[in-house]
Amino acid sequence: MILAATWSEFWGAWGDVFTAASLASMVAASGPLIYATVGETITEKAGVINLSLEGSIMLSAMTGFGTAFLVNNVLIGFLAAAAVGAAIAALIAFASIELRLDQIAIGFVMTLLAVDLSDYLGNRFVGEAGPAVSAWPIPGLSDIPWIGKVLFDHNVSVYGSFLLVVVAYIFMYRTRSGLELQGIGERPEGAFARGVAVNKMRYFYTILGGALVGVAGAAFSLDQKLGWREGSTRNLGWIALAIVIFGGWHPIRVAIGAFLFGFLQVVALKMQPVFPGLSQVLPSIPFPMMILALVVVYTDWFRRLGDRYPRLRGILAADPPSGIGVAFHPE
Amino acid sequence: MTSPTRAARWGATIAPIALAVVVAVVLLLLAGANPLESFKLMGEGAFSGWTKTGITLMAWVPLVLAAAGLIITFNAGLWNIGIEGQIILGGIAASWAAREVGGPGWVVVPTVIVVGALGGMLWALLAGVLKTRFKVNEIFGGLGLDFVAASLAVYLVIGPWSRQGVASTSGTDLFRDEALLPTVSENNKLSLVAIALAIAAVIFVFYLMKGTLFGLRLKAVGRNARSAFLLGIPTTRYMLGAFALCGLLAGIAGAMQAIGFHFKLIPAISGGYGFLGILVVLLAAFRAAWIAPIALFFVVMSRGSTQLDLRLSVDSALGGVITGILVLLVIMGGGWQLRRRLKREAPA
Repeated sequence: MILAATWSEFWGAWGDVFTAASLASMVAASGPLIYATVGETITEKAGVINLSLEGSIMLSAMTGFGTAFLVNNVLIGFLAAAAVGAAIAALIAFASIELRLDQIAIGFVMTLLAVDLSDYLGNRFVGEAGPAVSAWPIPGLSDIPWIGKVLFDHNVSVYGSFLLVVVAYIFMYRTRSGLELQGIGERPEGAFARGVAVNKMRYFYTILGGALVGVAGAAFSLDQKLGWREGSTRNLGWIALAIVIFGGWHPIRVAIGAFLFGFLQVVALKMQPVFPGLSQVLPSIPFPMMILALVVVYTDWFRRLGDRYPRLRGILAADPPSGIGVAFHPE
Repeated sequence: MTSPTRAARWGATIAPIALAVVVAVVLLLLAGANPLESFKLMGEGAFSGWTKTGITLMAWVPLVLAAAGLIITFNAGLWNIGIEGQIILGGIAASWAAREVGGPGWVVVPTVIVVGALGGMLWALLAGVLKTRFKVNEIFGGLGLDFVAASLAVYLVIGPWSRQGVASTSGTDLFRDEALLPTVSENNKLSLVAIALAIAAVIFVFYLMKGTLFGLRLKAVGRNARSAFLLGIPTTRYMLGAFALCGLLAGIAGAMQAIGFHFKLIPAISGGYGFLGILVVLLAAFRAAWIAPIALFFVVMSRGSTQLDLRLSVDSALGGVITGILVLLVIMGGGWQLRRRLKREAPA
């Protein structure tokens, strides 16, 4: 990178990162990623990989904006986007469970197909200005200095992403159904033996996760980068897949991963005058991080560290659900 | 044997194709275009005149090379999604050689191709080592390496290899003439060297999978790695071998893109042929003999729909939509047949 900067320029830009306004934009920008990553976490916890995120988010972003534009209603746009995400997820579940096709194969085909479909069908919406989620500072809370601006001066789409993380965490780790969800992803045979309708549940959680991925698309095109143009959400889906792994299939850690990525984006934006080119390279950062996380979990010293400090292990990393990606057939 | 009749088998092959044609016609009608005229325009867009045919064939070459490589990894039971990055690294390595190596064309061009192949192989082996040594699933490891490679290409194009005075993402300076593939004529990209390499790759992979012990054992590893291991096949070495060979072919594809198509390094040097190659191989049901014609069909759809965009302003993504739907219908049709057979054979 071309180092044309002085230290004072660097520190100036670094200071700009931590203003309330820039951190607030980071929180808002993480919204779509949080919907997508938590949705995919739920799906993968159930033992199904929905690889189509890149395409699902793209097509639902287009559908969400297009529908909202046509009927002039943001909520219907969100619902249409969720329906698209759910439909793609349902197709993947059907192909895996009923037709015994490889989840990766069908997910991969849907990725490329949905991206091209969004491009083809979305042509007429390019450059149109449409409705957007309207701002709604939470009365009272948004008046708190600094924190109020960072966390509570947004809109329903962003608050929804906070709420989703909390609800998903409580559901997965504090309810009976949540434990059942983990069971069908970890040991489907065991869950089946205990009378759980494994495949019915996998349909349900795959479609639920897919609907949330669809919401991510709408949260992007109706709240973050308004409107539609070809390739609008490029790489968001792949990044979401990486963050799910980096976050160890845990809703809160996954959300932290999404915020971390949002933070890096803000840093890149502020550092643009100091390090030109950083924003070009930045989207790839979650991937080395993901690989590193996967490698670290596997190393001997990490295993030993984890044995000695179980709590640390719980915070840093996790293994994937052991039944992930493998179809379950009762016979 | 309760195998389906010949007619039923043909039906199962034709039905998805017919359905895909119907979908294409509907999509064209929705866009307000005459389907027959559109298909004719697509054919013309790909093949009218030697220049256009040359471009189409030079787009076919990297797709065939990528698909040939993927046949090897798929048969080993590996999802080499990292192929996109392997093509990019091949393009980067080839570009480095094209910029640095001096001398006459008959020295430089082979050197560039070999260096490109090694670049792709290196990147594939990285994904392979991550999988075999660190248990990082090749899908996610490969995806990660794709993005790292893409960033590296962007960095080189706007950074160290940028054109004199301008840092733009449009690419590096054009390579010297000695580093470019020899073409059949002045204003035609078609290079017989490239075509020969693509055909050689198909023959090599066909023979490798059909007629060698390596291919046979590789298939055993792909079917069931654990049983293969118990039978004494060094599975790790075989998997790494599959990655290396696929990366080699992907690297050559990258080199072809650099010195045979763009004549410089651009950020999107892979042209998306890695991911497209996965669709080709899925449609070919992992059989080497089918990849050349299927790849040609894919390239014609893509080149042809670009023409459609210019002439009838039907969005050029149509080609991708049609090929995507075709692949989806064919593999789902295959699954449907299997389901029916299992139902028939299941004891009542």
